[in-house]
Amino acid sequence: MSNTSIQERERQVVDEFMLFDDWMGKYEYLIELGKDLPLIEEKYKTDDYRIRGCQSKVWLRPDRQNGRVVYRADSDAMITKGLIALLIRVLSDQPAEAVAEADVQFLEEIGLNEHLSSTRKNGLKSMVQQMKAYAKALANGAEA
Amino acid sequence: MPTSTDTVARHTSFDVEAVRALFPTLQRSVHGDKPLVYLDNAATSQKPTAVIDRVRKYYAEDNSNVHRGVHRLSQIATDAYEGARERIAAFINAAHSHEIIYTRGTTEGINLVAFTLGQSGLDGDADIIISEMEHHSNIVPWQMLCERTGANLRVIPVDDRGELRYDAYREMLSDRTALVAIGHISNSLGTINPVREMIRDAHAAGALVLIDGAQSTQHMRVDVQELDCDFFAFSGHKMFGPTGIGVLYGKESILNDLPPFQGGGDMIDHVSFDGTTYDSLPHKFEAGTPHIAGAVGLAEAVAFIESLDMEAVAAHESDLLAYATEQLRAIDGLRIVGEASEKASVISFLIGETHPYDVGTLLDQMGIAVRTGHHCTEPLMDRYGIPGTVRASFALYNTREDVDRLVDALQRIQPMLA
Repeated sequence: MSNTSIQERERQVVDEFMLFDDWMGKYEYLIELGKDLPLIEEKYKTDDYRIRGCQSKVWLRPDRQNGRVVYRADSDAMITKGLIALLIRVLSDQPAEAVAEADVQFLEEIGLNEHLSSTRKNGLKSMVQQMKAYAKALANGAEA
Repeated sequence: MPTSTDTVARHTSFDVEAVRALFPTLQRSVHGDKPLVYLDNAATSQKPTAVIDRVRKYYAEDNSNVHRGVHRLSQIATDAYEGARERIAAFINAAHSHEIIYTRGTTEGINLVAFTLGQSGLDGDADIIISEMEHHSNIVPWQMLCERTGANLRVIPVDDRGELRYDAYREMLSDRTALVAIGHISNSLGTINPVREMIRDAHAAGALVLIDGAQSTQHMRVDVQELDCDFFAFSGHKMFGPTGIGVLYGKESILNDLPPFQGGGDMIDHVSFDGTTYDSLPHKFEAGTPHIAGAVGLAEAVAFIESLDMEAVAAHESDLLAYATEQLRAIDGLRIVGEASEKASVISFLIGETHPYDVGTLLDQMGIAVRTGHHCTEPLMDRYGIPGTVRASFALYNTREDVDRLVDALQRIQPMLA
């Protein structure tokens, strides 16, 4: 069950966020997580790796390691870094097929959707779509 | 005989708490129990109960299409709609009420002028002058006009403090200048531009002048005859009125010379397949069923503003600006963008290297509504080499306590983003 581990990680993240009873605490934690984001190399901070649809700048690049897809990213906004760090924590270092098919639900469970502006929500959607698109391409490439 | 001061309950001074009580939105909380601090007034203002009730009354009791109706309701609606025009004309001291063209807002007013000017034989060598601090609404319509006609767009630069380089403006003016389009107050920086001098100098060069008044009518008394501007565009929703209604003022003789903007019902004199003739001002520019509820709501917003002592309001807003500027400057690493000597109560700022979105998102969690980003002035942000700012914009109903809550919140989030 290739999806299990994505789901397990989602569960973990949701549980961690449940520990905070106010949103400032949740945001503080999100910002802290962003500081440990596996950073994309400076040379890849180009339009090729820029995610469209985000108001802050976001770069994301996939890599394949031992048949799994690994992401590195960066952003000029700290909350955005935190959000992408959450996505990477759940989706990075997973089989490409599993990422391509993943039904990412944890952001809604945390309640982040309600607390994000619509532009940020769209940006987040673009990030998830891009991660899945990369995974799909890698999965297809692996089969060929 | 009753005078106007007898019929309107005029506040001889300014009681901000009494005025706040007139705005239902200001009483609410957000994100649970956080009382709203609304500092996004340059984007849109809140609405007093009188405006909300007037719009409701229109739909509940008087709703009907205007003009040419023979029945009672149509007459009531037409009287209200045309009465609103007269009230608005008096508000900006237009010489005639038919110089008031209803629009959807400032943007449509500017587009109306840009389009019709292009249809009336604008010279391909002509210059259109705007400034680097304009809102996209006062840039893009002129770019489109220049594309259509071959005219040149000239841009007055802005200095580090956020003031127009007047020397550059003077040099730009020539007998080729067809029109100068300038914001009365910058929505991003708060700069109050010296429009009266700019109009005088433009007229001396034989050019027309359009003032983008989106940010001024809520803060100061505007007298279009005294300014002598040829066009003045503003929006209802930024001055306590409804969204979707605005006004383009134009001098009668100039509006008469321009061709219609959109074709349709209500703007015609006679239609036949051999040729159509157009109605006179203001109807020539108002095709289709207009925003009647918006117009009567806007007139009510005008009545609200006129019920206040605007000098006292100006003093209150200027106190807010000075207090907020002083309090914000005390925050470590905070930099105010836009420090013109003449400013409205708009403050754009950045804190160290933090991204405006991060600051805005965290402020929102604490109930404080600000705007972040480029504020539809991308060329201006490029000029300062920044992606955007956090903008706190104050209206007459804001208080020093609102400033204190903003400052406390910024002090709380600063270590989080360090």
